[in-house]
Amino acid sequence: MVAGLTRAERQSCLFLLTLVGLGALLVAVPGRWDPIGVHGLLVILLCAATAAYILPRLDLPEPVEDRSLSYYDDPIKAGIALTMIWAIFGMFVGVWVAAQLAWPALNFDMAWSSFGRLRPAHTTGVIFGFGGNALIATSFHVVQRTSRARLAGHVSPWFVIFGYNLFCIMAVTGYGMGITQSKEYAEPEWYADIWLVIVWVTYFVLFLRTLARRKEPHIYVANWYYLAFIVVVAILHIVNNLALPVSLAGAKSYTIWPGVQDAMVQWWYGHNAVAFFLTAGFLAMMYYYLPKRANRPIFSYRLSILSFWGITFFYMWAGSHHLHYTALPHWVQTLGMTFSVMLLVPSWASAGNALMTLRGAWHKVRDDATLRFMVVAAIFYGLSTFEGSFMAVRAVNSLSHYTDWTVGHVHAGALGWVALITFGSIYTLVPALWKRERMYSNGLIEVHFWLALTGTLIYVFAMWNSGIIQGLMWRTYTESDTLAYSFVDTLVAMYPYYIARTIGGLLFLIGAIVGSYNIWMTVRRGIPVQEKLGEGELAPAGAVPSPAE
Amino acid sequence: MAEFFHRKVERNAIGFVLLIIAAASVGGIVEIAPLFTIDETVETVPDMRVYTPLELAGRNIYIREGCYACHSQMIRTLADEVDRYGPYSLAVESQYDRPMQWGSKRTGPDLARIGGKYSDVWHAMHMNNPRDVVPESNMPAYPWLARTQVDASSLSAHLTAQQALGVPYTDEMVADATRDTLGQATPDSDNAYAMAERYGEDTQISAFDGVTTSVTELDALIAYLQVLGQLTDAAYIDTAAPELPSDPAAAGAAVDQAEE
Amino acid sequence: MSFDYDTLTAFAKSWGLFYLLAMTAAVLVYTFWPRNRKKFDAAKTSVFREEDRP
Repeated sequence: MVAGLTRAERQSCLFLLTLVGLGALLVAVPGRWDPIGVHGLLVILLCAATAAYILPRLDLPEPVEDRSLSYYDDPIKAGIALTMIWAIFGMFVGVWVAAQLAWPALNFDMAWSSFGRLRPAHTTGVIFGFGGNALIATSFHVVQRTSRARLAGHVSPWFVIFGYNLFCIMAVTGYGMGITQSKEYAEPEWYADIWLVIVWVTYFVLFLRTLARRKEPHIYVANWYYLAFIVVVAILHIVNNLALPVSLAGAKSYTIWPGVQDAMVQWWYGHNAVAFFLTAGFLAMMYYYLPKRANRPIFSYRLSILSFWGITFFYMWAGSHHLHYTALPHWVQTLGMTFSVMLLVPSWASAGNALMTLRGAWHKVRDDATLRFMVVAAIFYGLSTFEGSFMAVRAVNSLSHYTDWTVGHVHAGALGWVALITFGSIYTLVPALWKRERMYSNGLIEVHFWLALTGTLIYVFAMWNSGIIQGLMWRTYTESDTLAYSFVDTLVAMYPYYIARTIGGLLFLIGAIVGSYNIWMTVRRGIPVQEKLGEGELAPAGAVPSPAE
Repeated sequence: MAEFFHRKVERNAIGFVLLIIAAASVGGIVEIAPLFTIDETVETVPDMRVYTPLELAGRNIYIREGCYACHSQMIRTLADEVDRYGPYSLAVESQYDRPMQWGSKRTGPDLARIGGKYSDVWHAMHMNNPRDVVPESNMPAYPWLARTQVDASSLSAHLTAQQALGVPYTDEMVADATRDTLGQATPDSDNAYAMAERYGEDTQISAFDGVTTSVTELDALIAYLQVLGQLTDAAYIDTAAPELPSDPAAAGAAVDQAEE
Repeated sequence: MSFDYDTLTAFAKSWGLFYLLAMTAAVLVYTFWPRNRKKFDAAKTSVFREEDRP
């Protein structure tokens, strides 16, 4: 990866590493008696290790070819590798915490491995580690191809990818040490949050500058979704994480939002993290990789525009449906509910658009597991957005809230939609990126597909059962008008489902490991692409293009 | 017109970004901004008190251990929740909570009114190993809390930060935070009397974990758990919350459910 | 004009709706404007054009 950089760029890398290392030193020395000092030291070590890698390679021959005549794919390759590493890490921790709920002794009475500290490591690992890396890597690929322009920079893509992963590492190691804001899905403390803002602004500028170089007059719709993802996540992250540190030499801070306002801000953030992190960005993947793989244009480009603005506008109102029947003012709850129901329109428009793209080509879905990943993802997207709108209705929410039904819903989206569309996109992208004829093993893609689908279904059905059962048990009265079940009664009823859920998650994890092996072998041993296909072109599923079917 | 406008902004990606911001930010602004007219969102109650330094330290342990992942602190306006946990939660009760810990999942029960329901001894045993007192429990054990000292000397800085954010700690409370921490966990000491004077006679002074010679994280956590739902009586007094029930329909539904 | 709770909620409730309608109209007009058809059709198939280099 250093070989693709000029000497001046290698020097800028070293300069940046020094700068970050010095910044970390400023935190590490005064914070040496606090967990923040550990993070300072960690950053210094990581910077030093990276510098030690670059330094001996400083005088390697510079690239001779005109770089503007090719796409810049090295950072994407690193991003894909990191995506799979985080997938395995995040899903492993997920299976572990799931098992802890069934067998609490599995934390071995250690502080760092107790449920409350591991659970955010799971959510951060899969959402930000796996999902975030996949989004950044694919956005670099899609924006270059659809703009027909090389990334606008050679150092900044690396800064974005490594900086972002540094944030994830600080987050996950921090939880183990007890560094957390306990704001759901925004647990990292103030200094990690500030670092993420720096990285994110760089990402935003890089993306915009690449778009500005485009040779196409029109910005392809996938890039709209990526842009919305980048811009809105920045707004959400900054507003939700405004906090006052107790001391600059310590990790602890207090959020500026108190009580009920914090609740609204937090779920405005939380729900729109679902919208713009876990939906918009992955829709961008769908709108590019699904047509590519199916070798058919998207069913309706207009529909994709309508659903884009629908999602961008409606989602922002929906967060308060997490706060039904609470101390939040009633009219805010009602607004949240109304817009959540309206959200069904743009959501189903997107899902329908994806499925209609395959009209007359379902034989490809039967034969090609990669395409099937994406199609099933679209189906799960349709199902979980319907379920989401349904659960946002107050009467339903009174039953589902606080139960495993919510957890099941989230995983229908996260496993069924986010992870499946990502795997489908990666299987489409990897052969193109490493210039291979196809993936190392189509059989292993089949295996991965069925493991992932089975795992998701077991998980979701287990959580539907446990959630609805527990919700009903909580509100059951005896004939003498007293509550029929103690809380512990309802917990005991959950154990079989917690075990089933662990098995579902385990199958999904095994699938991700199989996928990683397949990707690894494609890179190592894949058949190099033939000249006629043209380098970097995505191999379509069917050999014969059939746009007019 | 709209078409011309959109084509313009689309050629210019920055204009496009502004359009995204315009479309996306409305919902948040409409729902969040009015909440900051705080007087009308949060009830005014005269007896609402702030957390003592020891309780705040306990709250920070609650936050550190990620308890929100399994416990809510928000009793909804539903009949079965009120019957199970007590009066539904009012906005004022989490007025000083930064961040709020309303939670989203009850793998364990709601804790909004856990204060006073169990003895300190029960809590100490429960934290050491939940299955000693609730055999079916799947909660992690927290044995290290009883072995770890609270850094009482740092709490003054925490109170200063809270004060800066608008929590009504007096300068005296900030200055004497360390003494008050020791006092609350050492009954019948001078520090204890001084603390009670500052935070009110109803403040719980106890040995919490049963050991008075040191202030451990277990002391702090129990002190926090025992004050949950006890900072104000507002929820128990009908007239204290004129705006509530916030939702007449919900109240009706709650009654219907009770009748089922 | 004072920014009290009632003013803000009244504003939110009335102008929020107006904004929603205006925005929907604008997006619909843009999407179905006849002259845009050619552009969208081109965009639809643009992902299939030769793309081994910029």
